[in-house]
Amino acid sequence: MSVSDIAISLSNLDVAYDRVRVVQGVTFDVKRGESFALVGESGSGKSTVLKALCGLAPDWTGRMEILGQTGPHRPNRALARQCQMVFQDPYGSLHPRKTVDAVLSEPLAIHGIGDQDAKVKQVLADVGLDARFRFRYPHQMSGGQRQRVAIARALMLEPQVMLLDEPTSALDVSVQAEILNLLKRLRAERGLTYLMVTHNLPVVSFMCDRMAVMNKGRIVEIAPSTALHDGSFSDTYSQTLYAASGGAG
Amino acid sequence: MSLLTVDNLSVSFPTPKGRVNVVDGISFELGQERLGIVGESGSGKSMTGRAILRLIRPPGRVEGRMTFEGQDLGALSERQMRQMRGAKISMIMQDPRFSLNPVMSVGAQIAEALRTHESLPRHDIKARVRQMLEAVSINDPDRVARMYAHELSGGMGQRVMIAMMVIPRPRLLIADEPTSALDVSVQGDVLALINDLVRGDAINSGGMGLILISHDLPLVARYCDRILVMNAGRVVETCAAKDLHKATHPYTRGLLAAVPKMHETRDVLPVMERTT
Repeated sequence: MSVSDIAISLSNLDVAYDRVRVVQGVTFDVKRGESFALVGESGSGKSTVLKALCGLAPDWTGRMEILGQTGPHRPNRALARQCQMVFQDPYGSLHPRKTVDAVLSEPLAIHGIGDQDAKVKQVLADVGLDARFRFRYPHQMSGGQRQRVAIARALMLEPQVMLLDEPTSALDVSVQAEILNLLKRLRAERGLTYLMVTHNLPVVSFMCDRMAVMNKGRIVEIAPSTALHDGSFSDTYSQTLYAASGGAG
Repeated sequence: MSLLTVDNLSVSFPTPKGRVNVVDGISFELGQERLGIVGESGSGKSMTGRAILRLIRPPGRVEGRMTFEGQDLGALSERQMRQMRGAKISMIMQDPRFSLNPVMSVGAQIAEALRTHESLPRHDIKARVRQMLEAVSINDPDRVARMYAHELSGGMGQRVMIAMMVIPRPRLLIADEPTSALDVSVQGDVLALINDLVRGDAINSGGMGLILISHDLPLVARYCDRILVMNAGRVVETCAAKDLHKATHPYTRGLLAAVPKMHETRDVLPVMERTT
């Protein structure tokens, strides 16, 4: 595997909040076009890894590379073109007083990209939203529609890497199915790399190629998602998590 | 005799376009069993639970007949209803962080729940609280009784909630999404605990009926005897939990199919047709 095949490379990553280390010695590589999951319970540090990758957790040490560039200690513009995040709660992540059009145009304006009108129309079509949603406010849409807008916003700058932080855990199962299908289709169409945080193992089975199981800030095991078919995990914590999620049944 | 009979229950709220029935004429009977009510957001499942406890305030309106152990719940005065809540019918809410009192110690809150319904000597109350905390598998009951809500983890908070709700030994327990705020590994423990309490092993109360309200189909199928599937305020299907996979209604089938499986081989998940 040559270096240019790797989208995200972390080695010995430690992340601290107020000098308390919450992530310790995290090492993994995500290939270009791969879909990689971080699973674990609340407080295991999985979301912190994502935050560190987009510069929202500045106090980190170790090595971090995203598409060949060294990782950020603050949000930065060049990185935003390459790497975008979708957050868990579509009710909290959209500005309540901005229309969909304003939300989607903003990244283009910040980066000085023209042809906004056509791009907004195109991305709405890509995420399966009708053009009539363009001038709506978040409160006029359902949870699933808002999450589509949040995904569209992340896609505006045509990034290669998407960081997904529990993108469907606030949604109903039938809506979750729609959003998972959408994410899967977008990855296939655009050759995106996904790093996805979730606590839902069946979602990993559907969406991801490989997964890292985290516990108390450390990775305890990296396994292919086919391990979910038969529960062939080597670490005892992974086995416990697997059994608690209902196992193979 | 059945514990609870609900006959043609409707809950409506006014909107600019007239009254909307969020629960639209549902009927069911509950014996001493575990009944699961499943549905997506807005299906009316939580409103059903609240209507049973008469917790729906104006402008919401409840119609229909609910009978609990032969008593017509609708005919009770507010005062009689208050004696019913907690003592006979109890409800466990979703998130312990919002439903525990932040300025009262855990022990005091549980004791209050007991004192409201029974007058016991202080010594007995303390003993019952201690016994109850042990029953919800808290290892060090005396220490935890002195703690406050913010010092508890999610799983512990939910155990305390359960202790509080179960200590007056109700006949019917309504659990509204009791584990959706918890991690998977803790979910199983909490549900197993509710299960034990319902069967009456832990506190020798002679058992109780359970209504488990949840959006999680596989979970409900694991912990209940019977399942009601709700959509848009109506019960679309009733079946035994073990026969869930044989469900026939298109909505139930759609819900089941939309859940990703641990052994997932499908490329695309089936989605439901929507009108909006």
